[in-house]
Amino acid sequence: MTFFLEQLIIGLSSGGIYAIMALALVMIYKSTGHVNLAQGEMAVFSTFIAWTLVQTGMPLWPAILLTVAVSFVGAIVLERVVVRPFAEADDLVVVAVFVGLFLSIHSLAGAIWNYEVKPFPSAFSDGSVSLMVDLSIRTHTLGSLVTTGAVLTAVWIFFRYTQLGLALRAAADNRESSRLVGINVSLMLALGWGLAAGIGAVAGVMIAPVTFLDPGMGLAPLIFALAGALLGGITSPFGAALGGLIVGVLEAMISAYVPYGIEFRELIALMLILSVLLVRPAGLFGEIVARRV
Amino acid sequence: MLKSTTALALGLVLASAAMAADYDKGASDDEIKFGTIVPLSGPASAYGSTGTCIAAYFDMVNDRGGINGRTVTVSVQDDGYNPAKMLEQARRLVEREGVLFIAGNIGTPTNSAIHRYMNQRKVPHLFLTTGASKWDDPESYPWTMPFIPSYAAEGRIYARYIKETMPDSMIGILYQNDDFGRDYLDAFVAELSDESMVAAAVSYDTSTATIESQMSTLKDSGADVFFNIASPKFAAQAIRRAGEIGWDTTQFLVSVANAKSAVLEPAGLAYATGIISTQYLKEPTNPAYAEDADVAAWKEFQSTYFPKGSDGNWWDWSCYATAYTIEHILTQAGDVLTHENLMKLASNLEEFEAPMLLPGIAITTSPEDFAPIEAMSLMKFDGENWALFGDVIAVD
Repeated sequence: MTFFLEQLIIGLSSGGIYAIMALALVMIYKSTGHVNLAQGEMAVFSTFIAWTLVQTGMPLWPAILLTVAVSFVGAIVLERVVVRPFAEADDLVVVAVFVGLFLSIHSLAGAIWNYEVKPFPSAFSDGSVSLMVDLSIRTHTLGSLVTTGAVLTAVWIFFRYTQLGLALRAAADNRESSRLVGINVSLMLALGWGLAAGIGAVAGVMIAPVTFLDPGMGLAPLIFALAGALLGGITSPFGAALGGLIVGVLEAMISAYVPYGIEFRELIALMLILSVLLVRPAGLFGEIVARRV
Repeated sequence: MLKSTTALALGLVLASAAMAADYDKGASDDEIKFGTIVPLSGPASAYGSTGTCIAAYFDMVNDRGGINGRTVTVSVQDDGYNPAKMLEQARRLVEREGVLFIAGNIGTPTNSAIHRYMNQRKVPHLFLTTGASKWDDPESYPWTMPFIPSYAAEGRIYARYIKETMPDSMIGILYQNDDFGRDYLDAFVAELSDESMVAAAVSYDTSTATIESQMSTLKDSGADVFFNIASPKFAAQAIRRAGEIGWDTTQFLVSVANAKSAVLEPAGLAYATGIISTQYLKEPTNPAYAEDADVAAWKEFQSTYFPKGSDGNWWDWSCYATAYTIEHILTQAGDVLTHENLMKLASNLEEFEAPMLLPGIAITTSPEDFAPIEAMSLMKFDGENWALFGDVIAVD
């Protein structure tokens, strides 16, 4: 039993990472209609900013808040300068732009901060809470699960109950009509990027204490967050976050209980997800987006 | 008549003596040119300083008057740790710049990309800084030779130590699922010769986010020895995780990941205390070598010619031994600066003592043995520094 609970905690620890990254993906998808492949690298870049601030002696929490603000502004600038010129371009072109962004941000982070791994302090505490004999959970894991929950609630309320959230969704769904009803689509796109980068920054500072900080930190979480988001439904914040957690727990359980599971856990997990998507293409909680063509 | 015949004969002898100097492209009466390809940019750019180091070493040699009256030119090229780029740079050096040989390159995937090319062109590909065991294959690849001890040799050293000092232990192994991990694993298990000592061996892929599941499986296997075959980031995660879950073992850590600043400090020095690893070089920062002649010479070289060099990076002193060995071979070659002669000299080193190698470790090669260094010493991390213990263990 202890072994099972230990696996569950391991799964929640990595699942929590995927969940919060998945929320950043949902944010940008719901407000621009795109999946930003550079989201993980942007989160890593933000985390390096937080790390630098902490190195200069700033306490961690103010450093995180400042990083979120800087990321928000930085992403708006990035959207204006790099992504906006391709606004009317084909989807494939946009994918190419995202791949380019991914590579550029990755190399830039490496050039500035080098590739050596750096320890990153937990925003909560470095210790762990003992649940029973031989079983403990990191305070950080608990903290990041609570943070995921808080971000999830905020995103959900934002899209569900605020005028601005509704306007963002409208702008992503149908630019022409949104303009006609008086929504500033340009501003909405910028806002979507800014908010996604802000959430990404939170994701980064939750991931780094677990995996250590280095320029390659964002890739694995992004892939599994994307899988989680697709599983849960990328249009639903709740579904995406739950999807992320499911992927994490699934990985841990496969490693522990399936023969050769450690070698094949990613493969098995992704195949299970694929099978779900065959039955429910929009994901467990997603809604099918219909577009008039 | 007789006189003129003698004169002619004498002339011929003199002429042939003058012509005894034999050169391949890249060597002449007043210059020897060779190349080295290292990552000056990209994710492994920290290691690029070895190229700078080798070039700086030959600046020093040239200031002393060169080798047998010849100036040595080192062409340092950047591959960004990208195999395709490595091939491009090797072709450029061999075909366009016309170097006599290429030496001191870094990295397994990158050197693999030019392994066949260098052997097809029959241009020496010498003293590589990579631990893959595939470089020691004179039969199929007679033009390629590594410098540093192989992962396989190191794996055998741990196995031998465990067999001798803790024969009843159960071993849990974490290994990276690629050539690097398997080189260590296979040699280690083969040397143990008793597979039942391995309680569990689990792998991870470099694309994973964490190795927590693996550590949990290893702990659950009941092993009391942990062999950590991981690259720096995952090695640090594993050491920290073992500490967090209270898995109390004798830990062995591969030399690839035993840097204090890049691995032990991120993992936490308290968790790292007691870890055993290997070393074959003298560390300039180790107080035991404060008076050592090699270390003093390296420090002088570093301050005069190689200010970028750091006494915290092993490759910044290992390159000094590499460059010294290259100098030795070029000096021995005299006026016969051909590909063939260089390979012959490189593969006939006997108990050659290069600076910065630990006492008791010397370079020995033969036409059948392309593994220059096959001995290492064990060391233990005392919470602050690595401390050598026991005798040098040789596995050749």
